[in-house]
Amino acid sequence: MKQFLTFVKKEFLHVLRDKKTLFILFGMPIVQILIFGFALTNEVKNSNIVVVDYAKDIASQEIISKIDASRYFEITKSLAGSATLEAAFKTGEIKMAIVFPEGFNNQLLHENKAQIQVIADASDPNTATTLTNYVSSIINDYQAQLNETNPVPYQIKPEVKMLYNPQLKGAPNFVPGVMALILMLVCVMMTAISIVKEKEMGTMEILLVSPFKPIMIILSKAVPYLLLSMVNVITILLLSVFVLDLPIAGSILLLFAESTLFIITCLTLGIFISIKTDSMQTAMLISLLGMLLPTLLFSGFMFPIENMPLPLQWFSNIVPSKWYYIIVKNVMIKGLGFSYVWKETLILFGITIFLLIISLRSFKIRLA
Amino acid sequence: MESVVVKNITKTYGKEKKIAVDDVSFSVNKGELFGLIGPDGAGKTSIFRVLTTLLLADRGSASIDGLDVVTDFKSIRNTIGYMPGRFSLYQDLTVEENLSFFATLFGTTIQENYDLIKDIYIQIEPFKTRRAGKLSGGMKQKLALCCALIHKPNVLFLDEPTTGVDPVSRKEFWEMLKKLKEQDITIIVSTPYMDEANLCDRIALIQEGKILSIDSPKNIIDNYPDVLFAIKADKMYPLLQALSVYPKRLASYAFGEFAHFSFQGKPNQPDLLQFLENKGIKNIEIKEAAVTIEDSFIKLLS
Repeated sequence: MKQFLTFVKKEFLHVLRDKKTLFILFGMPIVQILIFGFALTNEVKNSNIVVVDYAKDIASQEIISKIDASRYFEITKSLAGSATLEAAFKTGEIKMAIVFPEGFNNQLLHENKAQIQVIADASDPNTATTLTNYVSSIINDYQAQLNETNPVPYQIKPEVKMLYNPQLKGAPNFVPGVMALILMLVCVMMTAISIVKEKEMGTMEILLVSPFKPIMIILSKAVPYLLLSMVNVITILLLSVFVLDLPIAGSILLLFAESTLFIITCLTLGIFISIKTDSMQTAMLISLLGMLLPTLLFSGFMFPIENMPLPLQWFSNIVPSKWYYIIVKNVMIKGLGFSYVWKETLILFGITIFLLIISLRSFKIRLA
Repeated sequence: MESVVVKNITKTYGKEKKIAVDDVSFSVNKGELFGLIGPDGAGKTSIFRVLTTLLLADRGSASIDGLDVVTDFKSIRNTIGYMPGRFSLYQDLTVEENLSFFATLFGTTIQENYDLIKDIYIQIEPFKTRRAGKLSGGMKQKLALCCALIHKPNVLFLDEPTTGVDPVSRKEFWEMLKKLKEQDITIIVSTPYMDEANLCDRIALIQEGKILSIDSPKNIIDNYPDVLFAIKADKMYPLLQALSVYPKRLASYAFGEFAHFSFQGKPNQPDLLQFLENKGIKNIEIKEAAVTIEDSFIKLLS
């Protein structure tokens, strides 16, 4: 145990004395969180929506078929009532719901004006805004069509409600994404590099020719980065609460526990890369290309996964950051509890165990 | 008592099975200072890595204090000290931090074995708060030796400890090794420097993975079969050219400011002098030379 602690202390000294790395380590989250996200826009198509039609009359049916014909929307189901709506939003199955009140057509014909309720999941504000705009223009289109033949103008007013993020702040979208990105970068790359560095500098030779167990070498390498990454999580959360005015809706404890799990997933990934590579450059390249890009592309943070071709959607399932991104979005922004993220948690846990087992199996107790 | 036993070790690398160590056998007695002498690429480091349990040999066996390097590698890692050829300490840690890190790694403390390293450590102690990367070459080697010794190993493996170190530090380093020998620590050291061979109890001359000869430096020199001459003239290159065409030449090569030369059959200095003068060589000086390890090595290679 004393050996282990000394080793951990040594690792801390390595990190703390490397000023440039330290700067990147703690500067990166701050810089990214402050400048990222604002540049993000995403095209929306084939979004899953739900239609609740209390009216079931000619006007509502016509609008529904217009919406369904649009390539932006995919009507998953037509619910009878609004009771199941909330659950559908929470699981993330649907992005938007359109509710037609009872007697929609009557109201329109007799009072010359009627309302449609549009509810959007605004935890991703870009998508929410785009979707509601599309719906509004479809409704306007229908309205114009009616008014062509009618001397008295009809007025259909969509009543838009933004769920979870009523002010449509940009931050909710990118804070979980940046969190996944930073943790991935810090944990995977830093651990991979720090272990490969021992190989490259020749110190691994001495470490192996010592009674210190190889597995302990690996573990003591991971501990400092676990702690440093937790500091990064705190930094990001503090920044998002106090600088970006984005409160944490769910349980901080749960968010922290899930982050720790994701950090451990990343650490095992880093360890796995370090075992399979022999130079710091290779380790860095693999971490960047193999981890950073998938995180950006396949976590759903920059590009909606629903828009991707099916094989890529399947591929996104093995990207750990995708699951972490979903968890953080649900807990931090939607304020949901563990019962809504247990599936994602379990998948992350499984990936971690899998990586840990193959790392332990392929760790070399000798040089070649 | 034999401390290290190596039997028919062969080590190859890569798919094309490039031979690095070719059927090498030797044994080292307890408390002996044993030298592996050979040029770069002779296979010295590979032998070290097999003995320090870092590499598996293709064929053959080796044991340290009766423990097999393959099956008992865990126990061996407790009892040996290893100083790799390249400086392998943490450059960003200070002298003291490096030392105490390695002490703890081996489950001991600096205080416990301070006697063993005192003579060496005292020389680098003034710089104990300096980062290891900022030390001079000689100091780095002294620190590395301290780190390899801190757990009082039974056998110490030093892979080219004096390569890239200035002559004064090299001399100091070997004096330290002699002192360690008195502590009954078996030391196996490799070096490409022939002059250091004389400081070992026994040496193995190796070339291209094969051992050419194993004996004490004195015996190796005494067993040199020929009478060796040192020849000097005002210009070296024409002298070497002339010597190479002398009919009764056995061997001739440059050796410092002299050319070393041996005759086929009985030495005949006047005839050689006459021959060289006829070739237009001036200021010729011929004398009998003392044989060195390097001469033996060259002889063994031819």
